[in-house]
Amino acid sequence: MQLSRDQLLHAYRQMRTIRAFEDRVHEEFSAGNIPGFVHLYAGEEASAVGFCMHLEDRDHIASTHRGHGHCIAKGCDVGAMMAEIFGKKEGLCGGKGGSMHIADLEKGMMGANGIVGGGPPLICGAALTAKTLGTGGVAIAFVGDGGSNQGTTLESYNLAKVWNLPAIFVIEDNGYAESTASSWSVAGSQVGRAAGFGMPGYEVDGHDFFAVHAVAREVIERARNGGGPSLVHVKFARYYGHFEGDAMTYRGKDEVPRLMAERDCIDLFRRRVTEAALLEPSELDAIDREVAELIDRATAEAKAAPMPSEADLLTDVYVSYH
Amino acid sequence: MPKKTYRQAINEALRQEMERDPRVILMGEDVAGGMGSPGEDDAWGGPLGVTKGLMPRFGRERVLDTPISESAFIGAAVGAAATGLRPVAELMFVDFFGVCFDQIFNQAAKFRYMFGGKAVTPVVIRTMYGAGFRAASQHSQCLYPIFTHIPGLKVALPSNAYEAKGLLIQAIRDDDPVIFFEHKAMYDEEAEVPDEPYAIPFGEANVTREGDDVTVIAMGRMVNFANQVADKLAKEKIGVTVVDIRTTSPLDRETILETAAETGRVVVVDESHPRCSMATDIAALVAQERFADLKAPVKMVTAPHAPVPFSPALEDLYIPSPAKIEAAVREVLAFQG
Ligand SMILES: Cc1ncc(C[n+]2csc(CCOP(=O)(O)OP(=O)(O)O)c2C)c(N)n1
Repeated sequence: MQLSRDQLLHAYRQMRTIRAFEDRVHEEFSAGNIPGFVHLYAGEEASAVGFCMHLEDRDHIASTHRGHGHCIAKGCDVGAMMAEIFGKKEGLCGGKGGSMHIADLEKGMMGANGIVGGGPPLICGAALTAKTLGTGGVAIAFVGDGGSNQGTTLESYNLAKVWNLPAIFVIEDNGYAESTASSWSVAGSQVGRAAGFGMPGYEVDGHDFFAVHAVAREVIERARNGGGPSLVHVKFARYYGHFEGDAMTYRGKDEVPRLMAERDCIDLFRRRVTEAALLEPSELDAIDREVAELIDRATAEAKAAPMPSEADLLTDVYVSYH
Repeated sequence: MPKKTYRQAINEALRQEMERDPRVILMGEDVAGGMGSPGEDDAWGGPLGVTKGLMPRFGRERVLDTPISESAFIGAAVGAAATGLRPVAELMFVDFFGVCFDQIFNQAAKFRYMFGGKAVTPVVIRTMYGAGFRAASQHSQCLYPIFTHIPGLKVALPSNAYEAKGLLIQAIRDDDPVIFFEHKAMYDEEAEVPDEPYAIPFGEANVTREGDDVTVIAMGRMVNFANQVADKLAKEKIGVTVVDIRTTSPLDRETILETAAETGRVVVVDESHPRCSMATDIAALVAQERFADLKAPVKMVTAPHAPVPFSPALEDLYIPSPAKIEAAVREVLAFQG
């Protein structure tokens, strides 16, 4: 199916927003303005956007420690996300969560997660809710290659299959878990694992937005129509370190520059849509400028925003205190 | 004596014990790093470089990188310990114990007792704990009271580099499962550490300051805060005894009770949440055994009953600070029955 002009513009804007957001967080972290552990999604944008473009607010996703891209793709407010990462009271989680715990349940975003393998069981639950209440919703767990080896993930495959849940497992394989290569850490193959649980499994080039988008449509439609869970193995690369501050000495010499030059998902998208005369370069440039302004504004506002205060320290531990 | 960081002291203890005993092996996520990767080998040495250099020295057969599968590899360390190795497994952050706790508390902790005294499980689980890193709710917890609660586990909390080396060597030589808690905010702190191997026995508290007026009982990073307070108050002629309990299990009841009775005014400092904590444990012990010697109610300084917040503004309020300890000391001192 061809994407409409609006869809193409939307996809480009989303991917560009994620990239610009991550590049800015990288700069601000390097300047010492952002505290804590920060894991950036730059280079992986086609996955979050390719899947989330098919979703609505009734659909749920669970993310990972590398969650900013999933949040943006699922509709989280960029300004409130930035404020959260700066630890501010106006942040999406009141400054209590930070980069690793951004969530917006109204948007169906069940949270970034500090625990590798924390998400898959949760989306089995979200899928069960959708099935039980008949919402028509689906649930997607984004999982790293490293997270694919966690017992919780493998147990979730089984549960999703035996309960025939509208659940989808997206294995985002950026080649590494911290400094460990996925070619070493993953026994068998992701698609083979899916087969072992009787689930349809797909491998897709994560640099190619259109390929991701097409597979995503198929597995999401299947889940929505009662066809049960699927697994998608998305292969691509991360541009920054595992976390901010990682010197990446484990990577090949020209690995990242080469990938950025030859396989960048946003460049490839641009080339494809302009060469096919689906969109004008000037339209895309205009989006770039708008996104840059959005990120500038979000950053300036986040910096200027007030910190939470002592009165916030003990709130929201429980819903009720009796 | 040479000065070494907490990080270097731990690395040295591991190296020396691995040299001494070929049955000692290490395992964990990226404890060497670079497994299967095109770039540098030993690229990480753990996320904060604590185990760096050990893989080149001992090889991949004794320094094993693992997939992210804590249930499997922590359990494998337990199983290997029960069958003849002496593994030191790294659970990167103690917050991750939720993924693998069965292997620790139902398996490792209980073998000895359940099997009628026949099993020996000399496993060490090194793990990072504590707030102050802006690492938010799932990477900042203390949780040592949970492990202390389990019969069969030993729990050590080194308060500086000297303690870290001696307690880790003891942990590796110990025949019981030991959970070894490293405070992530202390890795760069230096202390005098002898080059030669030495073991600090478990269950023997260390009195780090002596004074006549108030007894502060602390553990881990909180010992340093308590020492700072004692040094400050000494200038005002307020005498503060500081007790570093070193291990929460076994617990040195005698030193706690003796030093509590000497001053009759006790503050317990525990970085964990207040409920079912080391603070409540020690306060109850003192109240039960030395009630007649107390001149004031035992005071607890802990983190609040809330998850650790991310925002620096909140996390700074969250942590039991030297200022809070000082206020507690002054409060028990001012108490008139
Ligand atoms: C249960 C658990 N174990 C270990 C970690 C530490 N950790 C955080 S991210 C990470 C690597 C994750 O790799 P992968 O799943 O491939 O995701 P990527 O970082 O490549 O996006 C590790 C080991 C954790 N947060 N939770």
